[in-house]
Amino acid sequence: MIRLEARAEPSKLMGFAAPVIALLVTLFAGLILFALLGVPVGKAFYAFFIEPLSSTYGLSELGVKAAPLIMIAVALSIGYRANVWNIGAEGQLILGGICGGAVALYFYEVEKWYVLPLMTLAGILGGMFWAAIPALLRTRFNANEILTSLMLTYIAALLLSLLVHGPLRDPDGFNFPESRLFHAAATLPIIFEGTRLHIGALVALLLVVVGWVLLSRTLLGFALKVNGQAPRAGAYAGFTQNRLIWFSLLFCGAAAGCAGLFEVAGPIGQLLPNISPGYGFTAIIVAFLGRLHPVGVVFAGLVMALSYLGGESAQISLNLPVAVTGVFQGMLLFFLLAADVLINYRVVWGRRGTAGRGASL
Amino acid sequence: MSPESNMFVMIALTIISAATPLVYAAIGELVVEKSGVLNLGVEGMMLAGAVSGFAVAHVSGSAMLGVLAGVFAGMLLALIFAFLTLGLRASQVATGLALTIFGIGLSALMGQALIGIAYEGIPSLNIPYLSDIPVLGPLLFQHDLLVYGSFALVIAVSYFLKYTRAGLIVRAIGDSPEAAHALGYPVLRVRYLATLFGGACAGLSGCYLSMAYAPMWVESMSAGRGWIALALVVFATWQPGRLLFGAYLFGGITILQLHAQAIGINVPSQLMSMLPYVATIIVLVLISRDRGRIRKNAPASIGQAFHPTK
Repeated sequence: MIRLEARAEPSKLMGFAAPVIALLVTLFAGLILFALLGVPVGKAFYAFFIEPLSSTYGLSELGVKAAPLIMIAVALSIGYRANVWNIGAEGQLILGGICGGAVALYFYEVEKWYVLPLMTLAGILGGMFWAAIPALLRTRFNANEILTSLMLTYIAALLLSLLVHGPLRDPDGFNFPESRLFHAAATLPIIFEGTRLHIGALVALLLVVVGWVLLSRTLLGFALKVNGQAPRAGAYAGFTQNRLIWFSLLFCGAAAGCAGLFEVAGPIGQLLPNISPGYGFTAIIVAFLGRLHPVGVVFAGLVMALSYLGGESAQISLNLPVAVTGVFQGMLLFFLLAADVLINYRVVWGRRGTAGRGASL
Repeated sequence: MSPESNMFVMIALTIISAATPLVYAAIGELVVEKSGVLNLGVEGMMLAGAVSGFAVAHVSGSAMLGVLAGVFAGMLLALIFAFLTLGLRASQVATGLALTIFGIGLSALMGQALIGIAYEGIPSLNIPYLSDIPVLGPLLFQHDLLVYGSFALVIAVSYFLKYTRAGLIVRAIGDSPEAAHALGYPVLRVRYLATLFGGACAGLSGCYLSMAYAPMWVESMSAGRGWIALALVVFATWQPGRLLFGAYLFGGITILQLHAQAIGINVPSQLMSMLPYVATIIVLVLISRDRGRIRKNAPASIGQAFHPTK
């Protein structure tokens, strides 16, 4: 019989190994899934994992997709460490896009240097505003932030749809639900000519550094970790739970709002009814896969960005539905959660009591 | 029948059909939470149930088989959740989110070939004479079996939790798994069963959406109803009777958008579609602000892993 046996101390090695194990198992399960769908396995593997990475353009697209994931996941990691379960980053991203985009459209005839900074500010504030609602409802009225932040995501999506069908619609756009295209001063500078890789990628890396310093070098970061692991100890130490909830949510709202603005001012270049392929939700997986650590989040963000690119490439070359990406992402999180058991437990073959040392069960 | 009573009957019928999927999903989650488990994957299980039920009903031509398939699909996803959280002691919050993401993706993948297919819907009851009574006939005797089933299920769950020994054990395990374990009750087995029951109910809820409410398959067609069901459980302070009331309240809010234009209210459709989500937030706030009441009614060990060897 296989059974689990508690380790005396959590295994550091397994903390690093679990995501790798999960990735490998997901890969294996994915190939089985392809076989079941009747897709040639070798071709699917190539389309999903090799093709997107075999050109400069593909690599730059990896950065385009990874940037918003990393930005949001760094912020989510900080909140999740403090047990603040904001799962509405997608809504905060949309609000960032709406507010920043509205500024761009307001300055439609003004091509000045200050337009983009103003847009960014508006995007950040928009995201923060949307995150402030669950923060207020949680701290003031004890309402569960998981449910409120998620409900706000649906509301944000409807709000965006309302605006691009109405007030923000392109007046010369033949009634299509799209805004005007942003002019050059309202779009993000590109890092490499001929690609879509914008300076948002650099902002994402900057945010990683900020997140790392915050978590490992500041009292605030320490308070967040203590309150997550032992709320009572945190209370004794004088760390106010409410302040940490506010900080976690506002920080994430700012990051997600900024990411949303970067999407509309970067790869998209206008407001559309749908501005994100679920970055806010995928970032949750990125945060867990990255061990809620800013540096880990970078690697995890690149992996999940590849799952988007692979999904698109498989759609084109093999006619596979895009939904495959979602299945992959869900499976990966399952396998990761399962592999995480190895951090605190070891797998033992044999009957209880015959397992030798550490058999304290 | 006069036009007024005609209108009244029509509105009442749409409220019932909007409320029924909420009743199923929420009553299942209520039992899960009563046993001390928080499964945030209701939305994913609903979608799996919706797509499986629709697919099997379409292929086999039997609504009965479709419903069974939907229930089975919901239970299958619940089993993954139970294995991870109860067997491997993974975080319930994270696993529930994973279940939702997985369910959305899987159902979209499975449903590729089903988009645009018409389905006549689950047949409705037709009792000679009774179903033909004006107003009362359509209100009481012309629904499909799933509608009646939802009421029966709420009554059964209410009775089970309140008056049966097994229900008492479920509640005891939700409130104090350590004490229940010490008394010799199989905490994990009961939680497994409760979680599977929740999966079955979510699957049924999905079936109702794709086979009776719509009836067709659309990607992500549950549109947040799984999450609203979770909020309903809190709204009901874990009491089945109040849950039924809450589901019908939300059903009423949901269908406002359908009838607003008929009544002559000219508001953008997006604003009307926001109503159920806004209402969910408001209701959560109103209930949750009374911390004492939440603490008194919520299962004490909800969301926490239990280590039976301790």
